[in-house]
Amino acid sequence: MFVLVVGGGKVGYYLTKELIENGHEVVLMEKDRARADQIADEIGSVVISHDGCEGKYLAEAGANRADIVAAVTGDDEDNLVICQMARHHFDVKRTIARVNNPKNEALFKHLGVDEIISPTRMILGSIEQDIPVHELLHLAQLGEGQLELIEAHLQAGSPAVGRAPSDLDIPDGCSLFAVIRGGVAMPLRPETVMREGDKVIAIGKTECETLLHGQLIGSAETADAR
Amino acid sequence: MKTVIVGCGRVGATLAELFDRDGHEVIVLDVETRAFDRLPSTFGGTAVRGDGTDEDTLRRAGAEDADVFLALTEGDNRNVMSAQVAAEALGAQQVIAKLNDPLRASAYADLGLATLCRTTLMTDAVAEYLGMPVTGTPGVHAPSGTHHGGTHQDSDGAASTGGSPDGPAAGTASGGPATSGEAAAGTVAREG
Repeated sequence: MFVLVVGGGKVGYYLTKELIENGHEVVLMEKDRARADQIADEIGSVVISHDGCEGKYLAEAGANRADIVAAVTGDDEDNLVICQMARHHFDVKRTIARVNNPKNEALFKHLGVDEIISPTRMILGSIEQDIPVHELLHLAQLGEGQLELIEAHLQAGSPAVGRAPSDLDIPDGCSLFAVIRGGVAMPLRPETVMREGDKVIAIGKTECETLLHGQLIGSAETADAR
Repeated sequence: MKTVIVGCGRVGATLAELFDRDGHEVIVLDVETRAFDRLPSTFGGTAVRGDGTDEDTLRRAGAEDADVFLALTEGDNRNVMSAQVAAEALGAQQVIAKLNDPLRASAYADLGLATLCRTTLMTDAVAEYLGMPVTGTPGVHAPSGTHHGGTHQDSDGAASTGGSPDGPAAGTASGGPATSGEAAAGTVAREG
């Protein structure tokens, strides 16, 4: 497989190295002469020290016979143009772009880039998975907006863990009526003991939300103390 | 007529002044506030500091549904991206991107963007003055293909479009790929 990599930053450098180790034919384009020389010193003469956005140099690098073009520079607009030129001018079958601004993902897809890799999005996703959920999840509004269907994910330290609804001080006009445990929904009876990891489904008046939050999630202070 | 100009350099500022004086609504964007010093004190349009390749920035600047959108920054790729955001996401009617690389200029004309190639423009001007052969390439490459989500409708798209910039505009082109051949040169199919 012949892969043309554009952009000799950290990503392009390690990508080129790995591809060579895996037995692929690779050409790396890096417009900064000093950086290009530095990489060439280490991994050999696969580096072309020219701007991979420029049609003339893409042609010289053999873009017309590349199986894949991977645009991994730090600039989204450069990566877009490299992929579009590869696809439409050099008939490259598969183009891959690194996208730094997650908001550009949809545009790039729409404009015909085959694959989009967004490091920002990946890290963001990873961080958001680890953030403990301290909030009540609003599932739906009922009864002309006066009632709210709410889900509370019980974490360790929640005042509700180890207790049954009858032990809690549930505000008037609220009902805890179901629990999702291990992906299975079951009715939440007054005597059902709630466990860590349970998702408790409640229905109640909108103004009771703060009280429910205190009972099921805990106050902000107890959450921070964990 | 609503005109959006990205890049307030000499060309951008001069055109902004021209359109403004002619009574058109003008919005100029540049990443540097200092660039707006090039605008005359009489300039009655809007000058917004911001990145013209960023859809949100362009929307906030009021660049939606422009009749004319000109991408005139120093960077070819920035211009190409900005122009495509305008054409695909912001419903601009006529879009011109300035490019220095002749190959990119013709490639993007094939892709349905009007492109202005400074290199060809200047080399031809010099050659003509000195009585040498000129390339004869027009300063602005009219779009020869259709810009439709990057899918290049090769032969039929190129064949059916001439050079008239006054073809049927938006409203006809929301039906998907089947209508892409109808989009006239200078107008761009807008997707919902």
